Amino acid sequence: MSAGRAAAGPDAAGLAIETHDLSKRFGQQAAVDAVDLAVPHGAVFGFLGPNGSGKTTTIRMLLGLAAASAGTVNLLGRRMPEAFHEVLPRVGALVEGPAFYPFLSGAANLHRLDAAGRHTVPATRKARVERALERVGLEHAAGKRVHAYSLGMKQRLGIANALLSPRDLLVLDEPTNGLDPQGTREVRNLVRSLAHEGTTVFVSSHLLAEVDQMCTHAAVMSAGKLVAQGPLSDLRQAGSTRLRLVTPDDGAARQVLTRLGLAPEPAEVDPGKPSPDGGTIVAALGASLQQSAPLPEEVVAHLVQAGVRVRGFAVERESLEDRFVALTGEGFDVAQ
Amino acid sequence: MPSSLPAEIPQAAGTAPQAAPQRASKRSGSGAPGSGLSFLASELKVLFSRRRTWALLLALAAIPVLIAVAVKVSSAVPPGRGPAFLDRITQNGLFVAFTSMLVSVPLFMPLAVGVVAGDTIAGEAGLGTLRYLLVAPAGRVRLLLVKYVGALAFCVVAPLAIGLTGAAIGAALFPVGPVTLLSGGVVQPAEAAVRIVLIAAYIAVSLAGLSAIGLFLSTMTVVPVGAMAATVVVSVVSEVLDQLPQLEWLHPWLFSHYWLGFGDMLRQPVLWDSFGSNGLLQAGYVAVFGALAYGRFVTKDILS
Repeated sequence: MSAGRAAAGPDAAGLAIETHDLSKRFGQQAAVDAVDLAVPHGAVFGFLGPNGSGKTTTIRMLLGLAAASAGTVNLLGRRMPEAFHEVLPRVGALVEGPAFYPFLSGAANLHRLDAAGRHTVPATRKARVERALERVGLEHAAGKRVHAYSLGMKQRLGIANALLSPRDLLVLDEPTNGLDPQGTREVRNLVRSLAHEGTTVFVSSHLLAEVDQMCTHAAVMSAGKLVAQGPLSDLRQAGSTRLRLVTPDDGAARQVLTRLGLAPEPAEVDPGKPSPDGGTIVAALGASLQQSAPLPEEVVAHLVQAGVRVRGFAVERESLEDRFVALTGEGFDVAQ
Repeated sequence: MPSSLPAEIPQAAGTAPQAAPQRASKRSGSGAPGSGLSFLASELKVLFSRRRTWALLLALAAIPVLIAVAVKVSSAVPPGRGPAFLDRITQNGLFVAFTSMLVSVPLFMPLAVGVVAGDTIAGEAGLGTLRYLLVAPAGRVRLLLVKYVGALAFCVVAPLAIGLTGAAIGAALFPVGPVTLLSGGVVQPAEAAVRIVLIAAYIAVSLAGLSAIGLFLSTMTVVPVGAMAATVVVSVVSEVLDQLPQLEWLHPWLFSHYWLGFGDMLRQPVLWDSFGSNGLLQAGYVAVFGALAYGRFVTKDILS
């Protein structure tokens, strides 16, 4: 079912998460301000934003934990929070970090949270708990009290809880928080494999590299507002590919680049570090590598033919981080 | 995990899509009463596997032990001094149970119940598990009900712990024989044991109202200690007001008014009047504070 829907494409399938004008006020302060999210079925959707930008509050409203001050939420095609008892069994969630009973073992915690669900089948509970623990690599710590778990283990247990039942949608709030690099990679693989099965994954994060590596779509929050949303490739602005050339022959290189139709940026725009290899020239490589602009290797060939000493050459794509900073502002100014 | 992952995917993909929607629709149609009990069972298991619950019960069970030992090692208690029944313990060990239940009702029981009832929702909120219970989804009304029934279960177990420990330690340290009741009749020890259970039931009913108050207070905060303390304070205030003759008009409405009325369980035949009035009063408190808890909790933003 889910896999078929994913294959059919977002347009045919409708949206897994859809909000209209979603707002949350705490007194005078608008924590979330008129957010229109559109998460297609089958997407791995990165939900980005600096601390305090309203990501977690949005997630709380999606899951019916907090009431919206205004606007609507549709989850898997049903209105939330009214239809929670039909929607939430199909949704696995990790909200604002894991939380467990410290005096119970990992497995006992999962049993408890699974029993709390109205629709879960007690007969299969043991097997489902075991499989969920296995999936996050906690089978050996299943009998240990959560009290003795490290932050990373709790995080894994939180993900295991989200995977207790087959889900159509996973909402993961900062899933790699507290994990070591290996754990982070495992989570990425897990998310990919789940997405491959057809589960829509909604991941909030402030770690751009993480989103960059596993998401198909993303949205960016800033100060309670949604400032960008769409397929990751659109967001990244595939157009802004540039080349970076290091050469001592500045003048000749610029001539070649201009002849090739590339506009080298004036040197003072990007002074770079003084280097024994010479100056750095930056030039936009056109709308996309596939389009009319010359291929990078051709550029190098032309440069070398013209006798330019090429000591460094790189093709750079504007990183998601550049885009993110452009959207949300630089520095530590957390949303007031 | 990474190596074993791919092997599991086909299996998961195979079971997941067909199983989930079918089960969901079938279950929601039938109302799934079975899983409701499963949640209650889980709640009771968590409550009674907590060390804190056991510490409370042990502290309560220590009351009859202390009383019995004190009476045993001291010289005979002159009649008419100390708590009711105290002077009868040396003749009949079963009176340890009656004495200790009587002694514990005004303070120890409300303390213990305050801890358990005050913790119901606030404790989950403090741990952060509340949000996961609700996302499970437990359903807010269902969660309140399960939590309240859990607190009631403690109200049943706590007086039983005192009564049964009292009977056991009394039987161990003193002779056991027919018990002379307040009405003058005499019952055999087996019948007296039934009376101990009856008194425990009376106390359990007495605490139902306080538990509902605790449940309501517990929905007001994410700090469980605050809800616990508030619940205990409310019970003390009620008992103090019950002592003021100027407020006599108020007394029948105080939830603690019938707390010490279980002497009627020690008559032959049993007088059920106070049991009935107490039950009615407690039911009123449960209705009012249950409704308040419902009103508060159903619309509450879970931000912890």
